[in-house]
Amino acid sequence: MTGALRLQGVSLSLVGRNLFQRLDLVAEPGQTVTVMGPSGCGKSSLLAYICGTLDRAFVATGSVLIGDSDVTGLPPERRGIGIIFQDDLLFPHLSVAENLAFGLPASLRGRKARLGRIEAALADAGLSGFGDRDPATLSGGQRARVALLRTLLSEPRALLLDEPFAKLDIGLRTRIRAFVFDHVRDYGLPALLVTHDPADAEAAAGQVITLAPAGNDDPEEAAAWTPTSPSPVRLP
Amino acid sequence: MAEALQPLGRDAPKAGFPARGLLGWVPALTLATFLLPICVGLLGTWLPAFGYLPAIGGAAFSLEPWRALFASPGFERMLALTITSGFLSTAIAFCLTIWFVAACHETRLFAALRRLMTPLLAVPHVAVAIGLAFLLAPSGFFFRLAAPWLTGSEIPPDLAILPDPYGLALALGLVVKEVPFLLLITIGALDQVGAKQRLATARGLGYGPIAAWMKTVLPAVYPQIRLPVYAVLAYALSVVDMAMVLGPGTPPTLAVQILRWFNDPDLSMRFAASAGACLQLGLVVLGIALWHGFECIAIHQARAASFAGRRGGSGKVQARAAGLAMAVVVALGLGGIAVMAVWSVARRWRFPDAWPSAWSLETWSRHLDGVAISGWTTLGLGLAAAGLAVALTLGCLESEQRVGRRPTHRALWLLYLPLLVPQIAFLFGAQVLAFRLGWAGTWAAVVWSHLLFTLPYAFLALADPYRALDERLLRTARCLGASPARVFWRIKLPLLLRPVLISFAVAFSVSVAQYLPTLFIGAGRVATLTTEAVALSSGADRRVLGVYTFLQAALPLAIFALAIGLPGRLRPFGPAREAGK
Repeated sequence: MTGALRLQGVSLSLVGRNLFQRLDLVAEPGQTVTVMGPSGCGKSSLLAYICGTLDRAFVATGSVLIGDSDVTGLPPERRGIGIIFQDDLLFPHLSVAENLAFGLPASLRGRKARLGRIEAALADAGLSGFGDRDPATLSGGQRARVALLRTLLSEPRALLLDEPFAKLDIGLRTRIRAFVFDHVRDYGLPALLVTHDPADAEAAAGQVITLAPAGNDDPEEAAAWTPTSPSPVRLP
Repeated sequence: MAEALQPLGRDAPKAGFPARGLLGWVPALTLATFLLPICVGLLGTWLPAFGYLPAIGGAAFSLEPWRALFASPGFERMLALTITSGFLSTAIAFCLTIWFVAACHETRLFAALRRLMTPLLAVPHVAVAIGLAFLLAPSGFFFRLAAPWLTGSEIPPDLAILPDPYGLALALGLVVKEVPFLLLITIGALDQVGAKQRLATARGLGYGPIAAWMKTVLPAVYPQIRLPVYAVLAYALSVVDMAMVLGPGTPPTLAVQILRWFNDPDLSMRFAASAGACLQLGLVVLGIALWHGFECIAIHQARAASFAGRRGGSGKVQARAAGLAMAVVVALGLGGIAVMAVWSVARRWRFPDAWPSAWSLETWSRHLDGVAISGWTTLGLGLAAAGLAVALTLGCLESEQRVGRRPTHRALWLLYLPLLVPQIAFLFGAQVLAFRLGWAGTWAAVVWSHLLFTLPYAFLALADPYRALDERLLRTARCLGASPARVFWRIKLPLLLRPVLISFAVAFSVSVAQYLPTLFIGAGRVATLTTEAVALSSGADRRVLGVYTFLQAALPLAIFALAIGLPGRLRPFGPAREAGK
């Protein structure tokens, strides 16, 4: 069991343009907080800031905590924050099992033990026997599940979801959503979801935060923007 | 070219894309431009290698040239020298490049050193070699700095450093010159393989920066840079100009010895030289096959090792070490040329003074006439060869877009052919043909010989930006009623102004660096800064050499500066500005 994912007073700006200021949020273990907002408001930059891969061009202040530990100054690999993108980003030069082995910690030693763990994870996702497959031969839904498994096998302390369902067919989306949020609950992971789609937020069944359009100097467009979420938390 | 484009706009039959107009023949013409001379040149070298060249008395086929080649004094040493310097330099340049990118990709130093790579890439090989030779020689710059307090002597030490018998100085020179090429190619490939997201994924799974890069980015990048790596290996195994400056003399590397035989007053030596040229080609083919073998083993091993999931450390120490190594490479390359520029304005610079004790512009004024002739020749050849290369490249790319066909991977191999086939392996045959046609020593023939090498580089520099143009912009223009020709001139060219100029500058610098083609096809009658610098490098006055080296480096740098500076002045906004940041 891990602690809550906590953002404290996070501000982000790019060449003098404020993306957002003093954002606070808490995702409890097993819960998913959803961040919504128009394109360009800095949703993806926020996720990059949390995992530590933000471009140098940004100026960021604030802190990221998991439980009681402050991970703000740590390099990405030592934060223990897994991220799932819109594109599943399975490594095309590796087989499905090798992709999963890539996520599995090195502390689990021995080829046999590692393969066993991978087979168990595949079976859990209804993908038994898929280990030797080339990721390119998998369907969109299968790839999405493998990508989540890979992240879960790396034993993260928190999970970030960057519009993970956007590229899936509508029919598939409901099933994969359930798959992801069930695992978030089962593993007791604090999760942060970034999305355009109100249905995603509904499925996540957690708090919803809406970011205002950032530094927009066209007052008409800024006024035309209305939050889409049912219970928006407007930020200054 | 306007004429070539006009008819297409009018009789566009299928969905606005004509099947074939004048423009449609440009790719074929371009391929013929460099395939024909290479094929004919290879044949014209193979025949004398087997004793057949009636013009100098070889009327019947025989294996005599090969016997003469194998029996030549120091043959085994030449071969060993060629193979060690070639493989050593390529392996070091490749490993250093990969190590640097893997370890430093997120440091500030990376951006700084990357910016210095373009000038280092632009300066000719010979200029780098001459600069390096002065830095390293027993009477050179480093020993001047160290004497007498460190070496304890007022006279240059008696060391066989340059040239050294093992070709290590040559290997170092090749590393200095090839690293910028490999680095820029690697950086160019990073965006295509989505390196950022791969890294973010791997880092999120707990991998350190170096392990993440090596395990997830390298496997995707390597296929993209494989051909350039082969080209570097082929070059290193067959280089002539750098080997004449930095390599040992007795015996020299195989390629240098072949050139000596080709230039021998005894005409019968041309046969052994041709056999050597064939052997040189075989050596390169074998070398690439060997490298490919290593590649397969390494990929297999790395994949097996990746299964264990070891995360690697923070890589901070390695980042420092790799950054330092790369900084040394850049400093050796650019520093050597800077010190040669100092030589050109020195009146007296005795050993062991660190700097000249008297300065003067006398060397410049005394040699201005000679320098001006070869300088104008270099500029003229460069502008012509680069202009033609860019025009043909634009024709090929435009034709490709209108016909809607992407070239296959095999076509890319064809494009790389002039960079993979050793120059010495086909230039003799091409020279024989040029003499027969009465073209040898003419400007047109020399421009053509440069075009073989400027074309591939111009294409490589321009193809990606051209194909990456937002297709919706072009479709919008067509739907607004613009003909394909109008779209080309009014939309594409302005948008691509910067890449077009950069591609021109790259092609120009390639032309300036050409030594063997100018020598062979110019039949000794066309003198460029590069051929003069090589001729002067063996023992002439360092001050004169300084003048030539400086100009040789300054010309391509000036063209690069124009290519980078002009678009911002011509266009107040748009991608030209954006790309400059």
